[in-house]
Amino acid sequence: MDLTPWDKVKLARMPIRPTGLDYIELIFKGFVELHGDRLYREDRAIVGGIGFFNDLPVTIIAQQKGRNTKENISRNFSMPHPEGYRKALRLMKQAEKFNRPVICFIDTPGAFCGIGAEERGQGEAIATNLAEMMMLRTPIISVVISEGGSGGALALGVADKIYMLENAIYSILSPEGFASILYKDASKAETAANDMKLTAQDLYQFGIIDGIIKEPAGGAHNDFEYVTLQVKDAIGADLKELMTLSVDEMLEKRYQKFRNI
Amino acid sequence: MSRNLFKAKQYATTKVYRSRPQELRGSEEDKPNVPQGIMTKCPGCGKLIYTKLLIKSHKTCECGYCFRVSANERLEMILDEDTFVEMDHQLTTRDPLNFPGYADKLVKTQTQTGLVDGLVTGRGLICGYPTYIGVMDASFFMGSMGTAIGEKLCRMYEKATHERLPVIVFTASGGARMQEGIFSLMQMAKVSAAVAKHSQAGLLYITVLTDPTTGGVTASFAMLGDIILAEPGALIGFAGPRVIEQTIGQKLPEGFQRAEFLLEHGFVDKIVTRDKLKNTLGSLLKLHKKHEYDVTYN
Repeated sequence: MDLTPWDKVKLARMPIRPTGLDYIELIFKGFVELHGDRLYREDRAIVGGIGFFNDLPVTIIAQQKGRNTKENISRNFSMPHPEGYRKALRLMKQAEKFNRPVICFIDTPGAFCGIGAEERGQGEAIATNLAEMMMLRTPIISVVISEGGSGGALALGVADKIYMLENAIYSILSPEGFASILYKDASKAETAANDMKLTAQDLYQFGIIDGIIKEPAGGAHNDFEYVTLQVKDAIGADLKELMTLSVDEMLEKRYQKFRNI
Repeated sequence: MSRNLFKAKQYATTKVYRSRPQELRGSEEDKPNVPQGIMTKCPGCGKLIYTKLLIKSHKTCECGYCFRVSANERLEMILDEDTFVEMDHQLTTRDPLNFPGYADKLVKTQTQTGLVDGLVTGRGLICGYPTYIGVMDASFFMGSMGTAIGEKLCRMYEKATHERLPVIVFTASGGARMQEGIFSLMQMAKVSAAVAKHSQAGLLYITVLTDPTTGGVTASFAMLGDIILAEPGALIGFAGPRVIEQTIGQKLPEGFQRAEFLLEHGFVDKIVTRDKLKNTLGSLLKLHKKHEYDVTYN
């Protein structure tokens, strides 16, 4: 039976759904986590580091939800502060220096909104990532694994290839936030989810993403290996393709990809 | 003086001076003795000001409060007379989500405001220096950015890159246009890309943040200026103050997310009052003139 957009919203938010670190563990070998933005502090809502994809060293950046309340508090429910985005950018620049492709896993309700986040320039941090990722002279592949919420997701989503899991969502705002702004009623989230066109199928049809990663019945957690094998295949094929291009060709294609939206 | 700015709980609109839409105006014959818009109340200090005087004073109250201005009023304040050449005037959105009720609301807003969307772009002179300029207009869907604004901005940056000219953008926006959903979100990446290319060509980009600059606009082209100016008291932030209050469950400190707060935290280069804005921009353009020649002729 086909799931409604609202079913997908609920599925994408299930605590049992695999998180960024689960993907890192199954897809890459020898992952070394690197911490901190070198400016203010470590943001545990974003995990970053280096590992092998088959035999190729790559930089991996993932927004990380917790599996339980305690973990979620330490991960801030995967809502990064500016320093999370600045850490991500630092690691991307490092990847560029060492010619490593960058693989991003997106899973966030949105960038955190709070006093500290504003004081330290949440807007500036996201804006800088958007501009810098567009110019980064190494391949970037992004996969939306569960929730892709607003600019907080896009700040890891300026990529040569973008994928979504079959039941993932990617939107300008959470359906609740959207409903409260447009319908002045947060409880109309289900209507909002329908109107917003936030499913992988919608985004693929719009030409905004490059492919959909199939999930087993009931969701990714039911056969996680099946999911990771597909992610692995997609990354492998894309890297092969992207690495045949000259860097300038790749950047031009990346620019045009977004320019045409 | 500046403390008074923070007390503004409500933002003024410029509707008072504009001829009001027919349906709001009602039948004028009914009340011929009520002259409209002669006096304007300042939301900053509460004083009544003669509207004519207000227009002469760049729409700034004695207390320093900057009234919101329309894109056309802004262009008049900033550009040398009769130098503006508008681009893409007719460019409008194609309602990519086919969002319920959006098309009708667009037409209604277009009629009410006389704008096609919430941004005017073009080329003109400031103190004799040529520049591309984009001005957002908060009276159009709160200046929110959808595909039309994204496309217009990109075309402007690309044209400026091609002609090796600077870009100045006045931001005034509630963020991304909700009715265009994911397409609005993607405009952030698209516009930032065009900014990055313009920047890579060694060209000057100045943003002037005006009240309000929030959401997806802050998190993209507003914060990417080589030089970022702001108007006194302007609300500037990523998340809106109400959303933050709801999220953290506490009252926000006075002056939070105002231009002065951003200056204090290092995210704005300079706060400039309206009477000095044109000359400040002129000086900055002059200061970057030589540098651009170097790049061109080397």
